[in-house]
Amino acid sequence: MNESAISARDLEISFPGKRRAGPIHVLRSINLEVRRGEFVCIVGPSGCGKTTLLNVITGFIRQSSGEVLVQGSPVTGPDPKRIFVFQDNGVFPWLTVEQNIGFGLARRSRDEQREIVHRYVQMVGLTGFEKAYPRELSGGMRQRVEIARALAANPQIIYMDEPFGALDFITRLKMRADLTRIWQEEKKTILFVTHDIEESVQLADRVVVMSQRPGTIRKQIEIDLPRPRDLDSPEYLEVRDEIFHTMGMSLKVGAA
Amino acid sequence: MNKSVLLPAAVLLAVYGLWDGAVLLSHSDIFPRPYQVFLGIAELMQRGLLLKYVVASLFRVSIGFTLAVLIGVPVGLLLGWFRPAFLAFNPLIQILRPISPIAWIPIAILWFHVDDRAPIFLIFLSSVFPITVTSIAAVQNIQPVYVRAAENFGLTRLELFRRVIFPACLPQIITSLRISLGIAWLVVVAAEMIAVNSGLGYLIIDARNAGKRYDLVVAGMLMIGLIGLILDLLIRRLERFEEVKWGYSDRN
Repeated sequence: MNESAISARDLEISFPGKRRAGPIHVLRSINLEVRRGEFVCIVGPSGCGKTTLLNVITGFIRQSSGEVLVQGSPVTGPDPKRIFVFQDNGVFPWLTVEQNIGFGLARRSRDEQREIVHRYVQMVGLTGFEKAYPRELSGGMRQRVEIARALAANPQIIYMDEPFGALDFITRLKMRADLTRIWQEEKKTILFVTHDIEESVQLADRVVVMSQRPGTIRKQIEIDLPRPRDLDSPEYLEVRDEIFHTMGMSLKVGAA
Repeated sequence: MNKSVLLPAAVLLAVYGLWDGAVLLSHSDIFPRPYQVFLGIAELMQRGLLLKYVVASLFRVSIGFTLAVLIGVPVGLLLGWFRPAFLAFNPLIQILRPISPIAWIPIAILWFHVDDRAPIFLIFLSSVFPITVTSIAAVQNIQPVYVRAAENFGLTRLELFRRVIFPACLPQIITSLRISLGIAWLVVVAAEMIAVNSGLGYLIIDARNAGKRYDLVVAGMLMIGLIGLILDLLIRRLERFEEVKWGYSDRN
């Protein structure tokens, strides 16, 4: 059995630039393996191509060279086995919470739909809001709807592109804790893009650190800390600082 | 009584007084005083003309407008979705759209003679372009994240259209229905002045031509205004459905 959920080999992306300047290299020699059930975060400075990398893996953008295998075969298009969770709200405003969560279940029986929707409403803590419309919810609650909608479709892989980027600090912390718990219950493979180093260390089994453009993988750091993670423990801080240093940043505000 | 009743009532009362005073001061024997207009409305009701003409006008608007919705919405959605179809048809639509329905009156009479089909055709023309153009724009400006999110779930093209494109466009479509119903109501009056022998437009032109009955002219105008207001209030109710409320700013 192939244990690799996602496997990118020698991936290069370049976009045609202006005539003189030649093509713009966005990603260079990316080699990435994601094991099944693994939670991997990709961090990097803004503009490093991490969202582009995610878009190539999901098949929204074609690579210039190299190959991407997802669950052993090349990606040809969207597939309900792999669901994408967006930063800007992809929840449908014309559907209620439960209709949104059940969106990917049209082919199931009524009873199954009801049962699955009920389970995920509970899991993301939206009990009592089943009949509410997205505009009546806070940003964090809407993001919970989107995550529940992804989970309800029972995908093997969930891609997340800065899904908590638009939320306030407290809500983000809560969402991370909930996502960790849900991931432990559901055992999905998650590939999570963020620019937030703290976030990556709180969530991931492994953090992939990318360089400035053209984006390359600078370092991959396994995080073997028990969950829920103690954000004050020396081990946590050590990993966090390692990533900061890898990205060439100082932890002292104002330092050059 | 609260301000939202009291203030408009005061304005209406003032208009009534100014109108009445102006007619009295000018010693006009043609322009009616307000009470004469109300007597005119009573007279029309008594002769059974008012209901008959209102029904005739509403009938034409309903048919013409419904046809415009049935054709404009699907055509607009399809042209918005299929880029080649949009490129092919958009110039034609943009040329036909600015032609006032009034300019079509001679052709309407040529094709349909003086019967109901002529004003229905004109109302259809007046409504179908705003509805089509808005529907096209609604599809073209749909938030890409909705389409991408939907594609995740392996929808067929038809499902994508029914479950995402259409509901995402619905708030804008409803707004276009409201605007074009208003236009249709403007156009029916103009069309009835020329192309038929019944309806509120005919009432106005006939009252003027047959005996300079300006009390009936203004009575007809007043009815047009009131019914137009009622139509707008009715179609506004569509904006209150939960499925489309999100598309309108916080005023709901």
